[in-house]
Amino acid sequence: MKALLTRRHALTAIAVSTVSILTACKKADDTSKGGAGDAIKVGEFASLTGKEATFGQSSHKGTLLAIEELNAAGGVLGRKFELITEDTQSKQGESASVVRKLVSRDKVIAILGEVASGRSMEAAPICQNAKVPMISPSSTNPKVTEVGDFVFRVCFIDPFQGTVMALFAKNTLKAKNVAVLTDAAAPYSVGLATFFKEKFIADGGKISVEQKFSSGDKDFKAQLTAIKASNPEAIFAPCYYTEAGLITQQARQLGINLPIFGGDGWEAPELLTIGGKAMDGTFYSTHYSPEDKAEMVQTFVKKFKARWNNEVPDAMAALGYDSALVLADAIKRAGGTDGQKLRDALAATKDFVGITGKTTLDAKRNATKPAVIIEVRDGKFVYKETVNP
Amino acid sequence: MTEFLQQLINGLSLGAIYALIALGYTMVYGVLRFINFAHSDVFMVGSFAGFYIGRGMPKESFVTGFLALTGAMLVCAVLGVVIERLAYRPLRSRSKLTVLITAIGVSLLLENLGQFVFGAAPKAFPTLFPVHTFNVAGLVIGSNQLVVLVVALALLGALQYIVLRTKVGTAMRAVSFNPQAASLVGINNDHIISFTFALGSALAAAGGILYSLNYQAIDPLMGVLPGLKAFVAAVLGGIGNIPGAALGGLLLGVVETFVNGSRFSTFTDAIAFAILIAILLFRPAGLLGKMQVEKV
Repeated sequence: MKALLTRRHALTAIAVSTVSILTACKKADDTSKGGAGDAIKVGEFASLTGKEATFGQSSHKGTLLAIEELNAAGGVLGRKFELITEDTQSKQGESASVVRKLVSRDKVIAILGEVASGRSMEAAPICQNAKVPMISPSSTNPKVTEVGDFVFRVCFIDPFQGTVMALFAKNTLKAKNVAVLTDAAAPYSVGLATFFKEKFIADGGKISVEQKFSSGDKDFKAQLTAIKASNPEAIFAPCYYTEAGLITQQARQLGINLPIFGGDGWEAPELLTIGGKAMDGTFYSTHYSPEDKAEMVQTFVKKFKARWNNEVPDAMAALGYDSALVLADAIKRAGGTDGQKLRDALAATKDFVGITGKTTLDAKRNATKPAVIIEVRDGKFVYKETVNP
Repeated sequence: MTEFLQQLINGLSLGAIYALIALGYTMVYGVLRFINFAHSDVFMVGSFAGFYIGRGMPKESFVTGFLALTGAMLVCAVLGVVIERLAYRPLRSRSKLTVLITAIGVSLLLENLGQFVFGAAPKAFPTLFPVHTFNVAGLVIGSNQLVVLVVALALLGALQYIVLRTKVGTAMRAVSFNPQAASLVGINNDHIISFTFALGSALAAAGGILYSLNYQAIDPLMGVLPGLKAFVAAVLGGIGNIPGAALGGLLLGVVETFVNGSRFSTFTDAIAFAILIAILLFRPAGLLGKMQVEKV
């Protein structure tokens, strides 16, 4: 009898404690949501792993820093932000499925992403159909925002970047004959190459030869040998950083010691680890330089370094940061998170001051901003010049 | 003319790597009559083994290079034996399709395990051998391209010797010819098959290191494309035939390079594979393969 009693007591004790644990959990859940109103759910998709992992990581760190700062300052309209991040693994097809998940299951009110134009173009129709505004921080291909009126970007576009690089080749490199090496499988690369060629030829330059490859290729010696035979004065390689490093290194191995230059797809520390010493004497255009003396930029660099292990923010980080701030600003002006109202507020963004300059979204939902040209010298990125639109 | 010769050199050094990987496919097929799809991922593991060994070494020299090469070959030889022991041997009496599906499974396992352990971002491969560029009559030949050709030829020679002149090679050929009869005359089939996997995987590792020396960036999915090309090379040369695999690899490398250097570079794979189909239409058993009557 005694034994039975104790057993019953034990059971009661367990039951009571389980209930109290459950209620405790419930309580903890409630407090995490924050006091006034629900959190504003913002979706982000980025290439956190894979071939363009550096882009995704930088962009994500910038965005997260902005969200954390906004929350520390009390959020917007008394509500805090909740950032839900998904990884696209730098793969084709993955963006569509993760963005579909963000929109339909997580019910986010806006989407931030991606860096690569090809992957942004995959996600854009989904956001457009669901009437969820999407802001790409750094996709520069013009077709991205042509998908529909819910798709925005906070960076300049390739026709401008192509023009900048054509002028740079003509005026700074003094080249009249340039070879182009394009990644035929990346819309970013194809677009940028086209705009570069148009402007360069219009200004009286000549394209000695255009060679192509596919993303993920590692052997460029065949294309480079053909380029060498065409005797150019410089090589324009509008591709992403992994290929840029390999191309430059293999060019130097083949004895091609010409200036090689590209676009913002080159912007990553990996460019130097993959390309090594071969990268000296290469140039690329990008959105900002951490060497910019403006007070706002320097404060950003300081805050970013403090948050992320002394890492210097690159252009993708600065644009990731700006994209979140532009969104917060629009939510404030829209007075809520309703899809249509938020879209209209975003479209009306004018002279918003960010790290990468003033953002004004035009009728095609693109931003017009200055470009910066960076030179690789002695294994370091050095600021060379700023080109205004 | 200079451009033609330069492309030929580029093509041969790429083809030599395809040849080394193709040998592994062809040897396993010769002995077991099945395609080991995990082979291309053994190639990747070989590169990473070379990467970690090379990073631990003081400076690039021939000693460092050969140590990394042999180290990676040993690692992969063991890996090959383990894969065969755990994944393929228990299924040996089952249908060939079962083993084939298992091979794809092992391949995916290695790729995902690689992403988990090494991370998915590309890594820069260390320069293992001293680098020097030779200029011969307008042609530029990198020392790495020479290393690739020399190592590939040496390994091919060694393999031909093992298969044709040694006791274990004779046993391999016997198992390939008729496994039941081979075991009747006292050959331990299990040992011979393990040995075949060790040898093939070691060659894949060598291919991996040579590939990474030339193309620097390595990642866990790097094996997929060269693996596919090498498989094609093995079929092109006549699967199961060792000199055929070498010839197929070289041919594919050269064709690919020439197409890449032309105006049609976007169609590289399409053209390379069209050639493959054309050859197989006229020689269904491959360039050096012999037609065999299927035993039913």
